[in-house]
Parts: sequence; C-alpha cells; structure tokens
Amino acid sequence: MESTRKSHFNEKFMQAIFFLSALASVIAVVAICLFLLIRGVPAIGEIGFMKFIFNESWKPTNTPPSYGILSMIVGSLYVTGGAIAIGVPVGLMCAIFLAEFCPPAVYKIVKPAVNLLAGIPSIIYGFFGMEIVVPYVREYFGGNGFSVLSASLILGIMILPTIISISESSIRAIPYSYKEGSLGLGATKEETVFKVIVPAAKSGILTSIILGVGRAVGETMAVVMVAGNAVMPIDKIRLLKPIRTLTTNIVTEMSYASGLHESSLIATGVVLFVFIIILNTALSLIKAKSLRN
Amino acid sequence: MINNDKIKIENVNLYYGEFHALKNINMNVKEKEITAFIGPSGCGKSTLLKSLNRMNDLIEGVKINGKMLLDGIDIYKDMDPTMLRKRVGMVFQKPNPFPMSIYENVAYGPKTHGVKSKSKLDEIVEQSLRSAAMWDEVKDRLKKSALGLSGGQQQRLCIARAFSVNPEVILLDEPTSALDPISTMKIEDLLVDIKKNYTIIIVTHNMQQATRISDKTGFFLHGEVVEFDETEKLFSMPKNKKTEDYITGRFG
Repeated sequence: MESTRKSHFNEKFMQAIFFLSALASVIAVVAICLFLLIRGVPAIGEIGFMKFIFNESWKPTNTPPSYGILSMIVGSLYVTGGAIAIGVPVGLMCAIFLAEFCPPAVYKIVKPAVNLLAGIPSIIYGFFGMEIVVPYVREYFGGNGFSVLSASLILGIMILPTIISISESSIRAIPYSYKEGSLGLGATKEETVFKVIVPAAKSGILTSIILGVGRAVGETMAVVMVAGNAVMPIDKIRLLKPIRTLTTNIVTEMSYASGLHESSLIATGVVLFVFIIILNTALSLIKAKSLRN
Repeated sequence: MINNDKIKIENVNLYYGEFHALKNINMNVKEKEITAFIGPSGCGKSTLLKSLNRMNDLIEGVKINGKMLLDGIDIYKDMDPTMLRKRVGMVFQKPNPFPMSIYENVAYGPKTHGVKSKSKLDEIVEQSLRSAAMWDEVKDRLKKSALGLSGGQQQRLCIARAFSVNPEVILLDEPTSALDPISTMKIEDLLVDIKKNYTIIIVTHNMQQATRISDKTGFFLHGEVVEFDETEKLFSMPKNKKTEDYITGRFG
C-alpha cells in the first residue's frame, strides 16, 4: 500500500516536471511576443504605419527625424534572395549527391564536414567574410567589397547545412519501390533520381529552403561584418554596393538609440518577426499538404 | 502451334554474399505463354524473376554465373541493362505508381526513351491504359494523382506503365498478393487476354492462380527447380514427390 502510494506520487511529480518543461518554450515565445507588441507596436503607431513600412528615408537623428525602413526590408529581401540563389542549387546538388551517388568513403568526409559547417558560430562566418570574401569581391568584381554580393555569398554558405541535411533525409525517405519502378522501365539511375526521386521529395526540399530563408533573414552578426550597412535608396541598391538589412539596422544603432529611435528599432524587430511568422505558416501549409497526399 | 523459346536459362547459379540462392537453374520460357513460378517463401522464385531483367544488380554482393539468353543474346554480357529492362518489363508485388498524375505515370517510360511528341504520348497513354483494361475508368481523371486510385487500380496502372515502353516480356512478382479477389480476377483476365502479344512470367503464392492462368509452371524449393512442366501435368500428375507434397498442401 505504502509503495503504491509512493509510486503514485512519483508519477504525479514527474508529470508536473514534464508539463513545466513543455510550458517553458510556450512561456518564452509568449513573453517575446508581448515584449515586441508592447514595446514595438506603439512606435509604429507613433511614426505611422505607412511612414514606417513604405518610406525609405531613415534619418532617426535628424530634426525632424524620419523612420522609414523600406530600404532595410528590401535589403533583407535582396541578401536573402542572393543567399537562396547561391545556397539552394549548391545545397540541393550536394544533398542529391550524398543521398544517391556518394561512395561510402567520400560520404565519411563530406557528411561530417557539412555538420561542422552547421556548428560554426556566425561571428566566425563574419570574420571569414570580412577577411577573405570582401577583399576577393573588391579585387575581382569591384566596389569596396562590403556589398550585397559578399553578404549573399556568406549567407549562401551559412544556409548550406540546413538545405543539405533536410533535403538529403527527405530524398532518402523516398520509398525504394519508386526507384525500382523507374529502373524497371529502363530509365537510367540519373533519370530516376532527377525525374522521380527528387520530385517525390519536393515537400522536404521546399521545407529545407524555407528554413534556409528563415536563417538568412534572421542572420545578423555575419551580415553586419560584410554588408557595409549603409542605408541605400532603393533605386541605388546594386550587387556591389553596401546594404543594410532589418537585422543589421537593429544591431548597428541599438547601442546609442533612445526614445522613439530605440522603439523604432524594436519595431524593426516586429517586422522581422512578421517575416518569420509568414515563413512558419508556409512551412505548416507545406506539411499539411504533403500529409494529405 | 509451337512457340519459340524466348528466354533460355542455362546453368544459372546466384549468390547473395555467401548464400547460394539459385542452384544450377535450367529452364526455357516459350514466347507468348504464361509461365508461373510457385514454391514456398525464400525458395528463389522471385530471385530468378528479378535476375531476368537484372533488378538484382541493385543489391550489393550479388554474384551470378551461368547464362541467361533473351532471343539468344546473353543479357548479362551483351546487353545494356536499360535496354534489357525496356524489353523485359516488371510489375512488382506492391503497386508502386509514382507520385504523379495517372497520365504522367504512363508517359514516364516513353519519355525516358525519347518520345517527345505530345500526340504520340497521348496515343501511347491511351493504348497502354486500354490494354490494361482501365481506360474507361480513368479517362476523365488522367490529370489526377495516381495515389488516389484503389490498390487494384494502382496495380493495373503499373501494368499499363509496363506496357507503355512496348516490352516483349513482362515479369510479375506476386502482382495480386496485396489485392482483393475482384481486383485479382480482373488482373488474371487481363494477363490471359494479353498473352497473345507478350511473354509473361508470374511469381505467385497462389496455386489456384497458377492453374487458372499459366501454360507452364515451375516448382521451386531451396533455390532449385524441382519440377518444370505444363501446368496441367504438374498439378494433375506431378513426377516428383516434393511437388506432390507441396501442391497437395502437405507443407509450404
């Protein structure tokens, strides 16, 4: 009797522990949302939604100040687009190679290398970008090197591990019977991979791309070190010119901003958060769709 | 009418690593007949079937010696596997349509073999589906996903897909084992109907199925062909005691 009561207590106790652990992440995300809403949204109201989002003049220290972040929004889209243009083809080809064509001896080297790439801190990517990529871009492409191109290159490398590992596992998850069916019709291995297996894995591949976009949009440290961070009028944005993104806008000015300037930076964070919510929604839509099939 | 030998199997031995899966197989398969392979699980019947279009090549550690001839040509020495598989099609145990539309499933094979013209593809798709006796069922939803079909329809689609590259031989690996009796009957009728154009080899666990549709039957046990004869003879007066025990249900 005593022992069953004790084990009953243990069970209840452990349940509570698990429940609290589950609650921790919910509390964290709610707290962050509240922080952004309470501190950021009033600033948007004060500046005016249109003047904040659709105005490219960012002069927070002028009198009167202006707080338009359109060029940062466009900047984020540019470097993310650049990262996708570089990272997706390379990452996808790598994933296909790893899943379908890689000899085991090579796999033993490439796979850990990809995993290691995922673990490198962004400050190291930033340093690598500043010391190697920026001078290289300056030398061979022109401009001063701190540019959309440099940021895209670095971000393109940073999203590789995400794209590679998720795409690889989704390609590996395709039933062997598809491969048999295709080869059985006299298709070659390459035709089978590119016309049956990769299309069958498309929801996983799309997921990897969206997660890559999420990483690229949110990346700050590496971008701030290679992008030059000048606020450019939208029509002056060029591949070899500097650029400022939503994230780097916050990090470059947060240390000295105060008052409405400070709130406007938090509001920049709100916009970033909206981007991430859109990406997450897209993700769950894809998952729902692939489950239905 | 005496049909020619389409496939000749001479002294074939096959090993999975150390395991001796096929032991000295000799067999001739006649053109435009249905040949059935029966026997208990693990007896080698599927292995032999798969080696006839070299699907065993995909498995690591497979060694094969002896000769397999298709129209007198050695399929392991003198033929490219993709060409072989175009001539010798296969339908698998579990229906495995690609996750594409019904149309794309059937058009896939001809496309890989270089057919580009839309009208030609349309024609092949219709003809293949008609041969598989499912054109009327699906003609209004060719663009719908093949995964939405029932199991029996999926399997007939896979048969249509096999037809699409205009093969000479069709191998079927227990094609009805995952299907209900009505779907099974449809597929059996279909096979009997198409044997005027194709040489068919079917692996089956179902002895009634072998008696219903096949001209010849081979009984496999422990990697050997115990007996290979006309279906009627093999089931009514088997020469070998083991065959008799198996077909009368004493084991297996």
